[in-house]
Amino acid sequence: MSDALLPPIGMLAELTHRCPLQCVYCSNPLELLKADKELSTEAWLALFEEAADLGVLQIHLSGGEPTLRPDLEQFVSCLARRGVYTNLITAGVGIAEGRIERLRDAGLDHVQLSIQGAHAPTTEKIGNNRGAHEKKLETARRVVELGLPLTINAPIHRHNIEEVPAFIDLALSLGAERLEIANVQYAGWALLNRNALMPGREAVERQVEIVEEAQSRLRGILAIDFVAPDYFAIYPKACMGGWARDAFMVAPDGTALPCHAAGTIPTLHFERFGDRSLTDIWVNSPAFNAFRGDGWMLEPCRSCERREVDWGGCRCQAMAIAGDAAATDPACIRSPLHSRMAMLIGEANSVSDADDFRYRRIGRA
Amino acid sequence: MGSSSRQRAILSEQSRPHLKRYVRLQYDPVRGAWAVLSPERVFWPDEVSLDILKLCDGRHTVFQIVDELAGQYDAAREDIAPDVEQFLQEWSDRFLVTL
Repeated sequence: MSDALLPPIGMLAELTHRCPLQCVYCSNPLELLKADKELSTEAWLALFEEAADLGVLQIHLSGGEPTLRPDLEQFVSCLARRGVYTNLITAGVGIAEGRIERLRDAGLDHVQLSIQGAHAPTTEKIGNNRGAHEKKLETARRVVELGLPLTINAPIHRHNIEEVPAFIDLALSLGAERLEIANVQYAGWALLNRNALMPGREAVERQVEIVEEAQSRLRGILAIDFVAPDYFAIYPKACMGGWARDAFMVAPDGTALPCHAAGTIPTLHFERFGDRSLTDIWVNSPAFNAFRGDGWMLEPCRSCERREVDWGGCRCQAMAIAGDAAATDPACIRSPLHSRMAMLIGEANSVSDADDFRYRRIGRA
Repeated sequence: MGSSSRQRAILSEQSRPHLKRYVRLQYDPVRGAWAVLSPERVFWPDEVSLDILKLCDGRHTVFQIVDELAGQYDAAREDIAPDVEQFLQEWSDRFLVTL
């Protein structure tokens, strides 16, 4: 490590793996945890207190569907008292009347609502949930009425990439401040469904033009964040801003990981909060230290001038595609395996467009 | 709310900028630094940005903010006004400041 270890800024708390939707692009692991494995209210509260002590400034309350935890208000109010910024990441389906108001009153700062399609049939197909679209729109209206800032998260793949302009109109009409056009990252259930989800190259190029035009036209009106599709990229993303550099996540059972998909790296062992303190894990966990900084890098990363721009890209993508978590992310044009990305795009687009989805279900990978 | 009802806010000397309701300027004792907490992002303003943000209280006009900073930095208004105005327009465009 070239630099001193700094405290984490952000933490993603996956409070539960339970969810009313079964989205085929979900980034959760294939082995989903049942409710009886989830941390208790007291354990999450202790974890949040320690996260605040450690220096975490922003916590994303996610899942699964975080509103399925009846103790969510307690978590929000604990974090608000500690000055930690809270972001609720919700599917927006099945939220009881008055719940968002109670969360706001507890101190919630921001809501990120996922919408799977700009049109109802797409939303229903991707999440395998009838009526989901209308419920999501109703959630968006409630959030905006309560004066909370709203971000719409649109996960993009083959089945909705043509709906990007309609997503932009939808975000405007709902009064969202921000829209994330987030091309699906192929980890977890999305990797399992990769052939059914991967868009074609022309559609991706069209999407980039549409988004760039809208970003400039809607400057100061709607912020559009674009998460580029890795498989079509020239350079990789700085996944999580660098491995265990300024953010990490906690699974429903308290296991702390540098990113969502880190559990797919078989050589790493991840510790649970409760067995060890969060601070101990952040500082000393061999898994957190495995790819920190740039000391672990091999060529072509080691001598690359971009090594502290993208930190070698995504370790889990290197694992999934190169079969080696320490390899350069194959999304990078300098990776000797970069051509595999084009091959995988071609493979996905040569299979029939049949919706042979494997829906996200607990115990059914 | 229809899309036509939404317009970009354009800064004037009479604007009285303030941080948006869910944007917080907060001292972080762990790092000994001021942070701006906002949806999805944490910013670490430099000294000059911090001086501007501290005057974004909804009472000072942009004209008064420039005056105040000119005094603090012992600089001419016209030397700092463009930077201050550009900063505030940008922060308004990013939904961090209301003009």
